[in-house]
Amino acid sequence: MSTTVAEKERSGEPVAPQKLEDVVIRFAGDSGDGIQLTGTQFSNTSALFGNDLSTLPDFPAEIRAPQGTLPGVSAFQVRIADYDIHTPGDAPDVLVAMNPAALKKELEDLKANGVIIVNTDEFNARNLARAGDAKSPLEDGSLAKFRVFQVALGTMTRRALEGSGLDNKSQERCKNFFALGMVYWLFSRPLEPTVDYLKKNFAKKPELADANIKVMKAGWNFCDITGLFQVRYEVPPAAMEAGIYRNIHGNSALSLGLVAASRRSGLPLFLGAYPITPASDVLHQLSGYKSFGVTTFQAEDEIAAMCAAIGAAFGGALAATTTSGPGIALKSEAMNLALTVELPVVICDIQRGGPSTGLPTKTEQSDLLQVMFGRNGESPLPVIAAASPKDCFDAAIEACRIALKHMVPVVLLSDGYIANGSEPWKLPRIEDLPDLRREFRTDPEGFTPYVRDPETLARAWAIPGTPGLEHRIGGIEKEDVTGNVSYDPHNHEHMVHLRADKVARIADDVPELAVHGDPQGGDLLVLGWGSTLGSITGAVNLARKDGLAVSRAHLRYLNPFPRNLGEVLARFERVLVPEMNLGQLAMLLRARYLKDVITLSKVQGRPFARHEVYDEIHRILEPKHVH
Amino acid sequence: MSTEAPTLTKKDFQSDQEVRWCPGCGDYAILSAVQQVFPELGIPREKFVVVSGIGCSSRFPYYMNTYGFHTIHGRAPAVATGLKLARPDLEVWIATGDGDAMSIGGNHLIHTLRRNVGVKILMFNNRIYGLTKGQYSPTSELGKKTKSTPTGSVDYPFNPLSLAIGSGATFIARSVDIFQQHLKETLRRAARHQGTAFVEIYQNCNIFNDHAFTYMTEKEVKDDATLYLEHGKPMVFGKNRDKGIRMRGTEMEVIELGKGLSADDCLVWDETLENPATSFLVAQLLPPKFPTPIGVLRSVDEQTYESRVVEQIEAAVEKKGPGKLEELLYSGDLWTVHADHSIS
Repeated sequence: MSTTVAEKERSGEPVAPQKLEDVVIRFAGDSGDGIQLTGTQFSNTSALFGNDLSTLPDFPAEIRAPQGTLPGVSAFQVRIADYDIHTPGDAPDVLVAMNPAALKKELEDLKANGVIIVNTDEFNARNLARAGDAKSPLEDGSLAKFRVFQVALGTMTRRALEGSGLDNKSQERCKNFFALGMVYWLFSRPLEPTVDYLKKNFAKKPELADANIKVMKAGWNFCDITGLFQVRYEVPPAAMEAGIYRNIHGNSALSLGLVAASRRSGLPLFLGAYPITPASDVLHQLSGYKSFGVTTFQAEDEIAAMCAAIGAAFGGALAATTTSGPGIALKSEAMNLALTVELPVVICDIQRGGPSTGLPTKTEQSDLLQVMFGRNGESPLPVIAAASPKDCFDAAIEACRIALKHMVPVVLLSDGYIANGSEPWKLPRIEDLPDLRREFRTDPEGFTPYVRDPETLARAWAIPGTPGLEHRIGGIEKEDVTGNVSYDPHNHEHMVHLRADKVARIADDVPELAVHGDPQGGDLLVLGWGSTLGSITGAVNLARKDGLAVSRAHLRYLNPFPRNLGEVLARFERVLVPEMNLGQLAMLLRARYLKDVITLSKVQGRPFARHEVYDEIHRILEPKHVH
Repeated sequence: MSTEAPTLTKKDFQSDQEVRWCPGCGDYAILSAVQQVFPELGIPREKFVVVSGIGCSSRFPYYMNTYGFHTIHGRAPAVATGLKLARPDLEVWIATGDGDAMSIGGNHLIHTLRRNVGVKILMFNNRIYGLTKGQYSPTSELGKKTKSTPTGSVDYPFNPLSLAIGSGATFIARSVDIFQQHLKETLRRAARHQGTAFVEIYQNCNIFNDHAFTYMTEKEVKDDATLYLEHGKPMVFGKNRDKGIRMRGTEMEVIELGKGLSADDCLVWDETLENPATSFLVAQLLPPKFPTPIGVLRSVDEQTYESRVVEQIEAAVEKKGPGKLEELLYSGDLWTVHADHSIS
């Protein structure tokens, strides 16, 4: 047996932690085990340390699923690296398993020779049975290809807290911090950020803060003293662009983007929302921004949330609503109302697995066709998509910009993966954010409700309270310009074309699609949209290192498409479209450009692993090498 | 001295649009009453917004020369709530019908009432679906034969006033399209109310449900079939003012005055009671056993929803100062990456 770090230290031998470029850690336990908090703490500490990182929380829809069962497992994966990474990683290097169910459920993905830290206290007959194990995997040799570290986390935690005066239940709840202390030791992380966090967040219950800190330090010391791991790792900081950073979740970035748009437009933000997973965090966060003049309205249902946003937009607010796929289904009629009365509303769809209730806490990109076409009549709406947690900020601002400038409701697509995932965000300078100011109409001279900007076709925004501009709008077809109710067949046809044209013209107001790799064209283009950006970027970069002629491009604008998209598609022999659906973007591309694109589909409630896209690139370009 | 607002007249509130209700429709009388009352209120015309849903009643905004929004079926209260929250300075009125408000929009109605949003809801009740050409509505009487109930409706109807009371409405009234003076007075009362004002207006649909209210509107029966609620006055009715309402146990009963009983024995109407129980009993007075009560069933002062919302925003600004975007973005755990890639 080799000497341990502790022995080396005692002998005065210098102990240099082994440097790693990149490591993936997955914490897993029961939904009451504090896994999400543990993972978040490790991520934040690593962010402050300077690593690039990407996180993937994965938790059940039930608040407290039956204890110890497979459906009750909550997991949090974080990847930290000393270089620019794009995904939370395909396979963990380290798995922390708090019970048999967590071990069983999460083991499949673990790399060979990966580290397992397992809480032996929970490996009793009852819990093994709950996980469906006849025999303990700790004893039957099934973990031979991994490095297993068996630790009685609960027992150790209770020992550390002897004499603390805390009851058994409270003591038991600290055990995730023992595990966190161990992982901090293993990856040479400082404890201070978590100590600060605990002191701040448990300020009213200092005994709990102290207990968790004590247990975390015990976990650290346990590793230090026992030499359990024999090795220690370090992931040096990434060489990131100079600037001020914070770690950000997608829903948080989206909330901040809406507030930023409010400030940059000078319009008060109004959010109408009904609670729905995974969008509710935006409602929560914006509810805390009252000092920014933000009004949040928790409506009686999804329909009212949308309708209230429309009412607020009529009144001159920057109006938004946040929801997920089932909510969009309910809002459809009201979305069409906003479209036909031409009012700016930003409709945020944080997609989740469907149909129906589907997989509320899991990710999917299957609402694209719903937001494109899920309404009665010819009802074109601009649709844009956020590509990563931090990108939700820019995407929210862009959605507001289009809505205000073009007087249209805009759909902003995000999804559970980027909404709950996090990454470091280089903070923008306020003065670099776009100027979204636009004027209300005040001049009665020549005013009619559908008088338009000749370039964008946006109608004038004349808000109630303005003398001399009294007018009526409504969902019934209107005569162009005058806004009077009209059943005239030719007027209707004109208005249908006009609404389509108005949205189509937005293409003139957004950037062309950029191709990364070989802009002049080549064998294969991997074209994505939304949250697949990370997996696609990682896969294409890797394939290019292999010498393959593959490029990539990513669509922020799904309706209208960038004006050069057809031309970009024509430059490539083949086009691969990875989507977390059955090929919805592919269907649009085929219909619009007659390009026979290749779909790579995944609908498992989980994002693409980099290797899944990478393997597909190889399969297409070098079929003979793939088995 | 502030400058006087220009005096407005009914004509100022008439839009240039041709009114397209059926000849003889009760909606005309309601439109006329509203157009007469609005100019009396001393509110600049541009502050008025009329919001509606779908149905005959909901064409109302097109005929009012104010700001107007003809929305979608049942959703007028939701749109109006968003508008009022964004713009508490506006005078927001909702025109709706029994199908729009009680059926497809029932959820928005009850939640608007419970929140006490400062909007006025005029619910035209003709007990039928008119614009879809004659199906029974949630207020149609049991057994009603319509296109969709050829052998009679088997649905028990809603009592809109009871529903409003149950939802916590702070102002509840009923009037009738052709009782013009009463209707105008009821509208004035609604206009003065700070929270949600819910006004049920019996409205005759002469095409699909003609004579729905003649049992109480015909000249010969009107006085005996109608109970005018007047705050602070005994509940007396009848052509000869010879009938009254009094409490018996926990119920109301009709008494004949003159045989040892007088107006002093009648219940004195109080629309301001905090406990809505009495208002509920009045809402339950139904023909033929009872006269139909009209007037104000309930009028209590509660803070409005929008003012609570504004209060919280103002308190937050007061406490934290007006939010600064830069501070918001540059908050939480920050780190700086320097040009040489060092971190602090």
